[in-house]
Amino acid sequence: MRTRLEKWSLLLSAAAVFVLPTVSSAQLSTSDIDTRLGTESHVGNITGHAKDAKGDYRRYCVGCHGPLGDGNGENAPYMQPPMYQQPRDFQLGIFKCRSTPTGTLPTDQDLYDAITRGFDRSNMPQWNTLSKQQRADLVAWVKHFSPRWVGEKPGTPIPIPPEPEVTAERIKAGRDVFARMQCWKCHGVQGMANGPSASTLQDDLGRPIAAFNFTDGTRPKCGDTDQDIYRIFMTGLDGTPMPSFADNIKPDEAWDLVFYLRTFMSQKSKEKEMAKQLALKPVDPNAPAGQQ
Amino acid sequence: MRNRHNLAVVLSAVVLVGCAALILSQGVNAAGEGKITGTVKLDGPAPHMKGIDMSKDPYCSKAHASDPAHYETYVAGANGGLANVVLYIDGWTGAAQASNAVLVFDQRNCMYTPHVLAMDTGESFKVQTSDQTAHNIHPNPNPMTGNIPWNQSQPPGSPPVEKSWKATEFIPVKCNIHPWMNGWFAVVKGPYATSDENGNFTINNVPPGNYTVTAWHEAAGTQTQKVTVAAGAAASANFTFKAK
Repeated sequence: MRTRLEKWSLLLSAAAVFVLPTVSSAQLSTSDIDTRLGTESHVGNITGHAKDAKGDYRRYCVGCHGPLGDGNGENAPYMQPPMYQQPRDFQLGIFKCRSTPTGTLPTDQDLYDAITRGFDRSNMPQWNTLSKQQRADLVAWVKHFSPRWVGEKPGTPIPIPPEPEVTAERIKAGRDVFARMQCWKCHGVQGMANGPSASTLQDDLGRPIAAFNFTDGTRPKCGDTDQDIYRIFMTGLDGTPMPSFADNIKPDEAWDLVFYLRTFMSQKSKEKEMAKQLALKPVDPNAPAGQQ
Repeated sequence: MRNRHNLAVVLSAVVLVGCAALILSQGVNAAGEGKITGTVKLDGPAPHMKGIDMSKDPYCSKAHASDPAHYETYVAGANGGLANVVLYIDGWTGAAQASNAVLVFDQRNCMYTPHVLAMDTGESFKVQTSDQTAHNIHPNPNPMTGNIPWNQSQPPGSPPVEKSWKATEFIPVKCNIHPWMNGWFAVVKGPYATSDENGNFTINNVPPGNYTVTAWHEAAGTQTQKVTVAAGAAASANFTFKAK
C-alpha cells in the first residue's frame, strides 16, 4: 500500500520525464502554415507539390517531426542528445546539410538528398524506398512549414572544384590545414571527438551535442563521399557548433584537408595507407602557429 | 543637335538644384538636431561576477595571467555607473542613421570587445579576431524575426567578417570553442548609444520632438522614459537599474 505522498511523487516524476525534454519552439499555428500549401519544389526535372505530401507526412514523418513540423512529434522526447539529436524544427528553416553558405536556405536538392540519405547516428532513416516524386513532394511539404521560403531564395551553392589526385604531399598539407584551423579543439588531434572544447558543445537550442568522431566507423551525417566532406566544413552545419570555413580555407587546401580527414576514418582508403607509410604524427596542440 | 544641348542644360540644372537641396537640408538638420544625454546607475552594490576558468585553452589563460577574467553580465564603475546598457528611441520612424565609424566586434584575449555592440538595422559591422587561438563567431537570433543565424570560423589571422541585421532584436553571440565567451548584438532602429563604464551615454542626431527612450540591459531588463528634445539642445534622461 503506497502512501498518498508516494503516489503523487511517482506521478509527478513520471510527468516530468515527459515534459522536461521537450524544447518547445513552435511559433506558428496551423492556419498560418496552411497559407503556404501551394509550396513547390524542383528537384532535377521533377516538380514536387506540398499538398500531395500530406498523406505521406502523416504516415511516415509526423511521429517525430510533429503535425506543426516543429520537431515535437510524440516520439521526440525519447531522442536524447547528445547521442540522438532531436528532430529538426522545420519552422525555423535552419538545416545542417546544405550546399549553400552558412545563414542561407538549402536548395531543394539538399533537402531531397537529406530525405534520401537519412542521418547516421540519428533516428532519421533513409527514405529511398519512396518514389522520387513522393520525396520531391515531401521537400515541398518541409518547406511549407517555414515562412522563410516566401521571401528568401536558397543561397548559391559553394562551388566544389574537381577532386585532385591524392598524394603524400597533399596529406601532409592537409595536416597543416587541420592544425591551422584548429579543428582539433573539438574533434581532437586524432579525430576522436575528444578535443578540449568537445565536452561543452551545445546546439542552437542549448542542447548538448557531440563533435563528429572520425574514428568510430560511423559516417558523417551529411554524406560520406569526398565531396560531402568538402561541403561539410565549407558550409558549416547550421544550428550546431560547426562553423563555416569558406572564408578561411582555399579550394585547393580544402581538398588537402579532405584527404587528411580520411586518414582518421576506420574505412580502408588510399589516404590511410599513405599516412601509415609517412608515419604521420597527430598535430601538436602546443606548437606555435605555423610550426607543426 | 540643339535638342541634345537643351537636354544637357536641363539635366545639369536638375543635378545642381538637387545637390543644393541636399546640402541645405543636411545643414538645417545638423543645426536643428538635439541629443539625449544621461547616466545609467546600478542601485546597490554590483553583483559578484564569477571568475572564468580558461585553463582548457592555454592561450586564453596566459592572456589573463596577471588580470583574471570575469563574466561581464554586470559591469559597474566606481561611481555606481552601469556599463553596456543600450539606449535607443522607442518606435523610431525617422530615416536610417548615417553610418558612423565602422562598428567592430573584436575577439580579444578570448573575450568579446565590446561585450555589447549596438547598431541600427541594416548597419554593417565587422567581426575580427586579435587572438592567436581559433574562435567561431555564432550569433543566435530568432529566425522568425527575419534575422538568420550564421556560424563562421575565425582561426588566427582570419579576415574580418562583415555583416548586418535586418530586424530589431537583441541577439546573443557565442563561441562554441570557448563556452564562456558571450556577447550581444543589440539591433535597434534609429539613433542609439551604449553606456560607458561610468554609465554615461549620449544619443546624438535626435531631431526636436517628444520621444520615449528605452534603456536595455542584458540581465537587468528594460526601462523607458519620456523626453522632449528641443532644437540644438541636449535633453537629459537618467536611469537606475536594480540587479536581478
